[in-house]
This record gives sequence, structure tokens and C-alpha cells, in this order.
Amino acid sequence: MTNNSTQGLGGRSESEASYNQSQQDWWRYFTFNKDHKVIGVQYLTTAFAFFLIGGVLAMLIRAELITPASDLFDRPLYNALFTLHGTIMIFLWIIPSTVGMSNFLVPLMIGADDMAFPLLNAISFWMVPPAGLLLISSFLLPNGPAQAGWWSYPPLSLQVPPGVINGQFLWILSVLILGVSSILGAVNFVTTIVRMRAPGMTFFRMPIFVWTVLSAQLLQLFFLPSLTGGLLLLLADLTIGTNFFKPFEGGSPVLYQHMFWFYSHPTVYVWVLPAFGIFSEIIPAFSRNPLFGYRSVAVASIGLAVVSATVWAHHMFASGTPKWVRILFMFTSEVAAIPTGVKVFAWTATVWKSRLHLDTPMLFALGGVVMFMIGGITGVMQGAMPFDLHVNNTHFIVAHFHYIVYNTITVAIYGGLYFWYPKVTGRMYNEGWGKLHFWLTFIGANLTFFPIFIVGLQGMVRRVSSYDPQYQGWNIIASLGAFLLGVSVLPFLANFIGSWLYGPQAPNNPWHATGLEWTTTSPPPRENFEQTPTVTLAPYSYGQPDYSTVDSSDREAIERHGK
Amino acid sequence: MRNFIPSRKLDDSRPQEEGGGKRQDEHTKTMFGVGAFLISESLIFASFIVAYVSLRLFSGPMLPPGVKGPELSTSVIIHSIVLISSSLPAQLAEGAVKRKKLNQFRLLWVITSVMGAYFLVGEVKEWLGLDFDVTTGQFGGAFYILTGFHGLHVTAGILLQMLMLVRSFIPGNYKKGHTGVSAVTLFWHVVDGIWVILFSLFYLWRA
Repeated sequence: MTNNSTQGLGGRSESEASYNQSQQDWWRYFTFNKDHKVIGVQYLTTAFAFFLIGGVLAMLIRAELITPASDLFDRPLYNALFTLHGTIMIFLWIIPSTVGMSNFLVPLMIGADDMAFPLLNAISFWMVPPAGLLLISSFLLPNGPAQAGWWSYPPLSLQVPPGVINGQFLWILSVLILGVSSILGAVNFVTTIVRMRAPGMTFFRMPIFVWTVLSAQLLQLFFLPSLTGGLLLLLADLTIGTNFFKPFEGGSPVLYQHMFWFYSHPTVYVWVLPAFGIFSEIIPAFSRNPLFGYRSVAVASIGLAVVSATVWAHHMFASGTPKWVRILFMFTSEVAAIPTGVKVFAWTATVWKSRLHLDTPMLFALGGVVMFMIGGITGVMQGAMPFDLHVNNTHFIVAHFHYIVYNTITVAIYGGLYFWYPKVTGRMYNEGWGKLHFWLTFIGANLTFFPIFIVGLQGMVRRVSSYDPQYQGWNIIASLGAFLLGVSVLPFLANFIGSWLYGPQAPNNPWHATGLEWTTTSPPPRENFEQTPTVTLAPYSYGQPDYSTVDSSDREAIERHGK
Repeated sequence: MRNFIPSRKLDDSRPQEEGGGKRQDEHTKTMFGVGAFLISESLIFASFIVAYVSLRLFSGPMLPPGVKGPELSTSVIIHSIVLISSSLPAQLAEGAVKRKKLNQFRLLWVITSVMGAYFLVGEVKEWLGLDFDVTTGQFGGAFYILTGFHGLHVTAGILLQMLMLVRSFIPGNYKKGHTGVSAVTLFWHVVDGIWVILFSLFYLWRA
């Protein structure tokens, strides 16, 4: 409903100049540019291209699983499909897309003119496309891509065809490059947030999104080295004949699992924390309420980052870990539910008794929180070691983490893309197409991933292309859902491309949201702000009569938004 | 509940207070970033070290029977001492740049690099004299990868020092600031510190 109204609001004349300029400069998105806003868009579009590739792989996997027999692909190719699907979605979609969003937003939100190190920022980005192409090019190798899953556990990942250049080699190389890019990015984000805040922007005046980016990037900084080290040792085992992880030479495959999960559990929070940040921005703006318990949500972000560092071995309950380790990690894993619960309660309390405005970003945020409940509660179930041992390596696990990575994180990213689309492009998207996209996504996501819980509990094993015929019914539903998700991308793409070209011009603050990014033009000028803003307010001051980001002469808009 | 009554916050007109948003000067900002990067970089070493220590503690013998590990020889002690003490001229050189004494800086800087190069030569000689290679047990891989990764860092440090030296001949370059020299000095200290740990692990921690 707000969409129609927003076109008449103020901000048009101010944004005209920068808007025209951005139209002339469309090609800058294809150059080595140091502007954090350009890099943000580059990250997002690159990530989305890889998301489409990963999605095609997902649909191929679901096509194979329509029938119980292994009929579409031979087994090595099936292994390669799920390995690359997982790797692409994690390292080339979720991480770069959240980084892209953070890149665009963090300097605007804290009132800075750019990231701390603009050149480093551009270098970090330009490592991503080559690494991704390197990974995908392994389909051209005679023996195909890596087949050992996104974990690449040895000794399986060391059983490769002869010759130095094989899929596993390219896989390690690609993930290493992406890791270096992420470490450099983390250095940049942490420095930016700690050192570049505008006058008056104290830590407890930062929007939650900035808090979550800070938490996530601190995790990258401190834990990514563990994966880098593990992969370098794996690469040495694979190429120069060391014996770190070779069980028959006295090495320890479980050591690799520790090094891998010591990063790869915290990395789940690297992905999900920015998603929580997006929810925390959208939900107050569309319920016109201050975020409930701002301080506790901010502290819970850091708390989640700390707790996430202590839970990694719950991925290894079935790896022959000693009993005391299992019980210890079962305890720490369940503790992670507490800061998460704080956030969900805060969102619920924010929405409580408010006047909801169900625009597309809000639909995605609410849908994402609801589906996160399912993903989160099944996570608590798996944290309980006796339960986990029963569902270990079944589709129940697959359903759980897809409820997190697709139904929560990807949905949050979609929501964020709609929410900040006017700011990024200077144009409004089409609300009707946006809602269509939401409902296709929401229905498709649940249709795809909920049946997988059921077959998982019944015992269907993951990563195998054939299965017992009794599971076929639910698998057909899941596959149909997956194809629906494929279709759901079409209205999104049509809307975003079409609106960027022909959409109505966006005002500076179409949502009447708080936050510094809404005080500048849409799109923002190169320096972000004409003069450095001074912050005197706590964030999320919605519903406060003294405070308004709406042009006070526009009475209609003020009434509509409950000011 | 207090967030529903944010009026207290709204009256908060202390924009320039401590903590939030002091725009830091370029030097402090860059050194903060360099520090963050060096933490991450050191943690890669830490991950290798943890792998080595855990294999040594929890797996079987790391070298096949009859193969001798590295010995604590005089030459190892000497080139280790040279590397570790090269932090001193590096630190002094940074001080000289701060006081704009360029010639003093160049002299101390070259001494640092030469000491680093002496260490590298010593390490290569050490490598050539060992009777195990990278494929020998778990120890071979751990030893060569850790010392090699460290050696790469020493090499990178020397190359960066060369770059800073060349820049000192650009007229007026270090009048604008000495962030580059400070960053390389910090890097050098970290690389030296890591060698103390590696030396203890490989030469002092006897089976």
C-alpha cells in the first residue's frame, strides 16, 4: 500500500542530479571501481549469477531424486552436482551477497564516506569472479569436478584420479582464494566500523545491521584462518605427498574435521547474522515501532558470535569423538539457542500490537522469521546428541540447514534487496511483482524443504542418488517445490531489471525509515553525504512525535505512517 | 520496556562524546587494519601449530623408526638469534623515520634486511642437511610446511623492506607520514615472534 503513495514524496529534486549521473555511469559497474556502493552492487550481481548456477544444479539434483532409481546421472556426476551446489551456494552466493549488502550499507549507516580501505575493498571483490569461474570450470576436466561434498573430508577427498589438475585441486584452490578475499574483507569491515563512525555514532547508536556485520566479520577474521590452514594441509596431502590426514600413513582424518568445522560452524553465523540484521531493520520500519530491546539484540549479536565459536564438534557426534566431548558440545550447542531466542522475541515484541504495513520487504522479513523458527527448533533437536546420532547423515539434516540457508538467509537477502532497492538504484520496484515473488518463494521453499524433514526422519540417507521406493511420494513434492523456486526467480529478475530501467523515481526515504542511509539522496552521491552527519539519536526512534524523517509538510504521508 | 519510551534517548544531545565516532587519522586507521590482518595471519600459523601439536600428542610416532629429527645445532641457534634480534634495528629504524633522519633509517633498515637474509640462508642450509623430506611421516610435512610458510613471510618482509627503502629515495615521501614503515616493522615483529614458537616446538620440545 505504501508503494503507490511514496512516489509523490519529497526528495525528487535533490536526487535528480545524482540520479542522472548514475544513469550515465552504468558502465562503472563493469570496471575496477573503488566506490563501496559500486562494489556492493558488483558483489550482489556476481553472487546472484552464481546463485542461479547453484540453483540449476539444485534442480538437476531434485530431478534425479524424482525417481527412486539412479537414472538421470551416473553416480560420480551426481556427487559432483551436490558438491558444487553446496560450495557455490555457500562460498559464492550467501557470503558474497551478504558482503555486498554490507559493503553498500555499512558506510552509509555509520555516516562514513567510504570503507576504510577502498582499494583493498576492490581487490577483495575482484578475487571472487575468478575463483568462482575456476570452480565451475572443473566441469570441463576429463574426470569432472570434486566429488567429496562441500566438507571435502579426507580420505575421500584424497581419492582422486592421477594427475595434478583434478576437480579436488581446483576446488581447494578456489575456496582458498575466496578465503583470502574474505579475510581482506573482514579487515576492511572491522576497521571501518570501529574507526570510521560519524561524530555521535556511538556503538550503542549503531543500527543492528551494523552490529551483526561487525560480529560476522570478527568471526571471519578469527576463524577463517583455521579453514585456510586445514585446506593448505589438505592441498599438501593431495599434491606434495605429506601425510597429515591419511589414516593409513598414521595421519588423522578427524583432525581435518576439527580444522574444518572450527571455521565452518562459526561461518554459519557469518551468514545468518547479517540476515538477522536485515530482519532487525525491516521489521521496525514496517511496524512503525522501535525495535524491542535494542541493547539486548545488539549484545546478542556479539553473544552469538562468541557462543558459535564453542560448538563446532556437534558436527562430529558420529565421528568417533570421546563421550565427554560429545556431552560438552551438546551443552554449548544448546546454549546458542539463548541469544537466538532473544532476537526472535525482540522481533515478535516489535510487531506486537503494531500497525503492520505488509509491503514486500516486510513479507519477506516476517516469512523469514517464521521459517527460521522451524530451522532453529530442528537445530535444537539436532544439538541433542542422542537425537543427532539417529538422524545423522539423513535428509533431516539437509532439510534443517536448507531452512536456515534458503528459507531464512536467502529470504532475508531478498527482503533486504527490496528494502534498499530504492536507495541503490534510485527507482521504485513494482510492488505487485514483488508480492508475487514472495508468495512463489514462500510456498516453493516450504514445499521443497518440509517434505525432506519427513523422509529424513523416516531414514532416507543424503548424498545418494537412489533411495527406497517408499520415500518417493514426498520426494516428488519436494522436487516440484524446487522447480517452483526456480520459477520464482523470474518475476524477481523481471521486476528488478525492469524497474531499474523504467521504474518510477524513488524518493530519498520511501519507507520513512530511521537510519542515516535514508537521509541522503537515492542513489547516494559519490561521497555519500554532502556533509558529515552528526548523530544525536538512538536508532529506531519510530513513533516518537518529536522525531520524524518524513518531510513535515507532507501531512498525508505522516498520517498514513502513524506518526 | 525502555525502548518503548525512547524520549530519554531523544534528549541525548551529547554528539561529540567519547567512544563513538571520533574520526581517526589515517595512520591510526591503517595501523588498526594492519593489526587486524596480522592477527588473522598469525592464526593461520596457529592452525598449523595446533595440527602439529595434536598429531604429536594424540597420534603415533611422527617419524618412521631410524629417521632422525632436526638437531639443535650451533648454526640453528645463531641464525635464530640473528633473526630475533633483527627486531631491534627495525624498531630503531622506525624511530629514525619518525624523527625524519633518513640516512639513519636507511642504514638500520638495510641491517634488518641483511639479518633477515642471513636467517633465510641459514634455514636453506639447515633444510639441505636434514635426512627426512616432506613425505616422511607426519613430522616431515609439519616441519617443512611450518618453516617454509614462515620463510615465505621472512621473504615477504624483506621485499617489503626493500620497497620502503626505495620509497625513502623519493623526495619528501616520508614527510607525509611513515605508515608503511610502521606496518612493515609490526609485520617483522610478528614474523620474529612466530619463529620463537616454531623454534621451541621443533628444537626444544624433544620427544
